[in-house]
Amino acid sequence: MFSKVLVANRGEIACRVIRACKELGIKAIAVYSEADKEALHVKMADEAYLIGPAQAAQSYLNMDKIVEVAKESGAEAIHPGYGFLAENASFIRKVKEAGLVFIGPNAEAVEAMGSKIEARQTMQKANVPVVPGTTEGISDLEEAKKIAGEIGYPVMVKASAGGGGIGMQIARNDAELEQAFKMCQMRAKAYFGDPTLYIEKYIEQPRHIEIQVLADQHGNVIHVNERECSIQRRHQKVIEEAPSAVVNEELRQRMGEAAKRAAKAINYDNAGTVEFLVDKDLNFYFLEMNTRIQVEHPVTEMTTGIDLVKWQIKIAAGEELTLKQEDVKINGHAIECRIYAEDPDKNFMPSPGKITKLVWPEYEWLRIDHGVYEGCTITPYYDPMIAKMIAWGKDREEARQRMIEALKNTVIDGIKTNIKFHLDALQHPLFIEGKTYTSFIEDMKK
Amino acid sequence: MAEIISPMAGVVAEVKVNPGDKVEPGQELFIIESMKMMIPLEADKGGVVKEVKVGVGDFVNEGDVVVVLED
Repeated sequence: MFSKVLVANRGEIACRVIRACKELGIKAIAVYSEADKEALHVKMADEAYLIGPAQAAQSYLNMDKIVEVAKESGAEAIHPGYGFLAENASFIRKVKEAGLVFIGPNAEAVEAMGSKIEARQTMQKANVPVVPGTTEGISDLEEAKKIAGEIGYPVMVKASAGGGGIGMQIARNDAELEQAFKMCQMRAKAYFGDPTLYIEKYIEQPRHIEIQVLADQHGNVIHVNERECSIQRRHQKVIEEAPSAVVNEELRQRMGEAAKRAAKAINYDNAGTVEFLVDKDLNFYFLEMNTRIQVEHPVTEMTTGIDLVKWQIKIAAGEELTLKQEDVKINGHAIECRIYAEDPDKNFMPSPGKITKLVWPEYEWLRIDHGVYEGCTITPYYDPMIAKMIAWGKDREEARQRMIEALKNTVIDGIKTNIKFHLDALQHPLFIEGKTYTSFIEDMKK
Repeated sequence: MAEIISPMAGVVAEVKVNPGDKVEPGQELFIIESMKMMIPLEADKGGVVKEVKVGVGDFVNEGDVVVVLED
């Protein structure tokens, strides 16, 4: 095991990783930018090094500087957290070349999932379902009808050269396809100078459900259940939960096995997440793989008792996964609310500033991962997420009620936060019923 | 004379007006980058730009005057 680990991140995830290091008896090294001199992760670490100015490009993304500090401080490994350098294959190689260990997957696995087209092909070969559709262009209506018949209506007709929603139309039957085909072909030619079209299955009211995997360097791979992450704004998740309200044991096993095949197909090691789109008939399709720890990992930890971050460190140190698939159980339900420094009344506009008052509620069923304290300043340089509140209950309803109670007893003054938005969302009939599609926030406003 | 103030802290990513320009209410004057988002700053009143007080890359605080307009 390592004796010193450098944490190449900031905010709540840096604090989370530092906590895992301490629990494993490892000294934690923090790095920070000039804007983060007073940040919580700096105060929590055993040692901390200034690595550059506020701009992330010159600090948290400065690969050479971070590797240099790791060497200087005597760290043996680097944990990247999420974001910044977490999925950067050249950083992984630099770390390795410097004789250090990267706490995450191998560079080749990251690259295999970095290219979406390549990933789609690899997944198809590994028998992991992808959104059915054509990969080559079609220019003939009869051919289009044949393909639509094969993949099943509704389908989406898209311009091969298109983008921004132009030259894109849904067809629910042959007649609509004929119309859509003509219209799209015309628009594609007019807007992009290329009439080539392609067809993809249209996923109605999709959910975003992901499977956590853990893989060691000895060929062992397990999945650690699903997380439901459909509630998003601007393609960023806002509320996540585990288990999903719609996944039963049979579906969980099928999705879990598909995720394991995905991981094995790219020789994945460490913690990773396979994201799927799930349609209303509960068919699931590979979306992408996140080759790092996820923001929402606590809902998995709270319902399985498995510490994912500690496993990341142990796996990177070469330890074998002692957990077997049958050891992974589900205990109750957990809901996570991401607390953003933003104003939900002003279209979720950022709200940096000084936190003048901060009161976190305390319950044995509540976990709060955060990187802030009363009197600290939230700078405009980085992500607006300042904390995650995770409530556990014996079932979904208890977790929901407890989450509401916890949010109501939280005080964050000086900046605007999305706490009120969370309270509205958690009490919305669609959420109560578990009807959380990716369109939830828009549906809420209706 | 009217002052346009920044509604939030951030870094100026783009300046869309020059001194002497005539601006209409609602016109975009600046883009401010804050918390990984690009936020357009619009004129809340019309006028002629007398002074642009900040440039690309400058840090602005909430409440800072960024543009001075003449009626």
